[in-house]
Amino acid sequence: MAPEKSVLLKIKDLKIEGYADEKWIEIVHGIDLTLHRGEVLGLIGESGAGKSTIGLAAMGFARDGCRISGGSVEFDGMELTTTPESDLRALRGSRIAYVAQSAAASFNPAHKIIDQHTEAPIHYRIKKRVSAQEDAMELYERLRLPNPKEIGFRYPHQVSGGQLQRAMTAMAMACRPDLIIFDEPTTALDVTTQIEVLAAIRDIVDQFNTAAIYITHDLAVVAQMADTIKVLLKGDEVEEAPTAEMLENPKEDYTKSLWAVRSFKRDQKQRPTDGTLPVVSVQNIDASYGDTKVLEDVSFDIYAGMTVAVVGESGSGKSTTARCITGLLPPTKGQIQFKGETLPADYRNRTKDQLRQAQMIYQMADTALNPKVKISEIIGRPARFYGGLKGTALKNRVDELLDLIELEPAKFYSRYPPELSGGQKQRIGIARALAAEPTFIICDEVTSALDQLVAEGILKLLDRLQRELGIAYMFITHDLATVRSIADEVVVMQRGKVVEQGPKDEMFTPPHHPYTDLLLSSVPEMDPNWLTTLLEERGVDNVGEAAEV
Amino acid sequence: MSYFVVGYYALLIGASCLAAFYSKRQLFLLLFSLTLVSFIMGIVGGVPALWGVTICAGLLALAGGTSYAFREFLVIIAPREPAKELRTAPLTASFGMFVIFTYAIAGIFAPVIAPFGEAEVVSTAFAPADPQMLLGADQLGRDLFSRLVFGARNTVGIALLATLLAFLMGAVAGLLAATKGGWFDQLLGRIADVIMSIPSLIFALLMLSIFGTNLVVIVIIIAIIYAPRVFRLTRAVAGNVVVMDYIEAAKLRGEGTWYLIRKEILPNSTAPLIAEFGLEFCFVFLLISGLSFLGLGIQPPTADWGSMVRENATLISFGEITPLIPAAAIALLTVAVNFVVDWMLFRSSGLKG
Repeated sequence: MAPEKSVLLKIKDLKIEGYADEKWIEIVHGIDLTLHRGEVLGLIGESGAGKSTIGLAAMGFARDGCRISGGSVEFDGMELTTTPESDLRALRGSRIAYVAQSAAASFNPAHKIIDQHTEAPIHYRIKKRVSAQEDAMELYERLRLPNPKEIGFRYPHQVSGGQLQRAMTAMAMACRPDLIIFDEPTTALDVTTQIEVLAAIRDIVDQFNTAAIYITHDLAVVAQMADTIKVLLKGDEVEEAPTAEMLENPKEDYTKSLWAVRSFKRDQKQRPTDGTLPVVSVQNIDASYGDTKVLEDVSFDIYAGMTVAVVGESGSGKSTTARCITGLLPPTKGQIQFKGETLPADYRNRTKDQLRQAQMIYQMADTALNPKVKISEIIGRPARFYGGLKGTALKNRVDELLDLIELEPAKFYSRYPPELSGGQKQRIGIARALAAEPTFIICDEVTSALDQLVAEGILKLLDRLQRELGIAYMFITHDLATVRSIADEVVVMQRGKVVEQGPKDEMFTPPHHPYTDLLLSSVPEMDPNWLTTLLEERGVDNVGEAAEV
Repeated sequence: MSYFVVGYYALLIGASCLAAFYSKRQLFLLLFSLTLVSFIMGIVGGVPALWGVTICAGLLALAGGTSYAFREFLVIIAPREPAKELRTAPLTASFGMFVIFTYAIAGIFAPVIAPFGEAEVVSTAFAPADPQMLLGADQLGRDLFSRLVFGARNTVGIALLATLLAFLMGAVAGLLAATKGGWFDQLLGRIADVIMSIPSLIFALLMLSIFGTNLVVIVIIIAIIYAPRVFRLTRAVAGNVVVMDYIEAAKLRGEGTWYLIRKEILPNSTAPLIAEFGLEFCFVFLLISGLSFLGLGIQPPTADWGSMVRENATLISFGEITPLIPAAAIALLTVAVNFVVDWMLFRSSGLKG
């Protein structure tokens, strides 16, 4: 590290206000931030901490309904808060670039990738079209995209999510900016793809000595990327320290609690040995969407009071298996047994009681709860539908359920879902499943849309409910940290097949199936050197191929 | 130079100066360009032209004031939740609501308001207006104002009935198609295509000449013509709702189709449907007036605005505006409904500034 680096970005006492309920409310309360050339700063915090807002403010930009109300943002000697909008526009894209969370949503689907890539350099008259395209191909090569000469001429939907995210990073580099802001660039990707993108981002930032602000809520990821970490909470700075120091010795309680999230672990339960039948037994099922076969010979058992985690990257058939069990997608071969009795393949042929026994909790609580129905009705409906409860009995049951999920009945009884936070909505989703008094619940990525602290709360709640009510869970996830904390047994799926299954402890100790090994080793760890070590082990050049295994 | 002209310019220039002083840019531009235009109009058209401008401005101000007052009135009398929404209504929307309210009063209390009966001959043909007959008499000597008031009841009532029926059929079919899917959806869709492929006026003329022109037939035929449009919109809107996880959850719970439609899908698709209702109402209204004008709609002596235009059409050659009055009544209601619908569309599309 050079002893004196020049300061690139200096934010002083930055205050940002948001407009809500017909008045301005301060959401960022005076943040200071200094970034030197070639340095990477990690901004972390839960949602609503103001990470993205600060990231955008570093470009002199405030989202609709937000305004920068005080403080200064000085970029390379230029005060951005007072610079006219036209000058700011010239700055953005050429000297400051932004990489958004979802590349799929940020690329224009109607234009080729390379045309979008070369738009900025051509617009700012930095390069001519031909040389801009050559430069793009060179960047694609450096980011280890397959076929760097041709990939740019495809449309965004023709490349995979991880490739698109790398193409977007390449696009941010197109004008060789001094500063790039990465806003959760890997949150939407699964672990194996995440590695590729992380490695690519780190390399390119090193090579061009670009400064970067890396926004994320994943600590392990930020540990790989950043030189300095700044922890935010509700628009205030909690603490800032160099990465290694921050990881080893966090000072504030809040930071410690963030660090502690991954430590939740419960004891593993064993299968009953007295010959009781499993609650759910999936037996050799095949399934297909039209002519495309998506499941092949999938079998596993779930016993009462136990949690079976089904893991695998996207497209491995985890959710399809759940759809087969619920009967939404009747399997083409094989059968589903419920406590020893074979269930009809189609949910429409199942009895009310069979439907009641198996409930589901969804990934996106936003779409899983009807926004126009009151909480009391959402939770009350299954109780009335299956249990025939009415009047006071129904109200008592809803109150009891709300108590069970640790939400205050009086406060939530007559509210609507859009008024709740993400974690609260997920709790309502759990309550709705519980209202049916099921013996088996499918949890489809229930924590992946939530912050770590909130997700931790949900996991603990699910664990407590399992202990109290003896419900069996099928836990679909791609996050192995979740598996480690809550699962009793693990089923690893890849391309519609079960590649390995067994008790959790066995699964987490070698020897592994090669795919399990790949999944396990791809989970970021809280060690700043983890990525470097891993890449060395795998060999830098075949990162891309490794994921194709 | 009369006092009026001097006062006219003094007022305009004074107002522009005030606007400029308080840096109301747009208002100033408006007032001052009006002043400049008035110079030219004053020279070309003389004092009457300036009177015209003054009356127009006065009418606009009156409409604006009425709308404002009506909105405040609604905000005060409405319960808390709707009142919050009403406060966001632009003046045009509250003007629309005021006009609709007036028409509704005229329609409901027609026998009380109208000085003469609907078919009562009280004077000579085309008698001019006098204090008893506010708008003069029609071609048979019936009071035009009375017929206008009764027309509000007939024309608007039938249009409302036909639109409601069209919505009932279209929305139920659309919701069922979206929920059931498969061949049922295909079947309903193709039926809708067939109906939509026949030009609506020709279809109406054909059906009316087969089944005869009575009110029931008119309402049913118009409902059939307009139901496919409602069907398509409902199906599209419901199609976006049906794929949501909460619908899947309800299906897995074992809920029936009727519950799904009523409790889960309908509450999430009402906003665009209400907006569509307003629009369709205008089209239906115009179709009924058009049919009446052609002599196939509501039959005499029942008062109806469309046929009133036709019956008095000859007067237009004599420079009388009588036939334009029912036409204006149609136009005003159409504009009013559209003002309200615009506001609702704006709200449901989430285009909040």
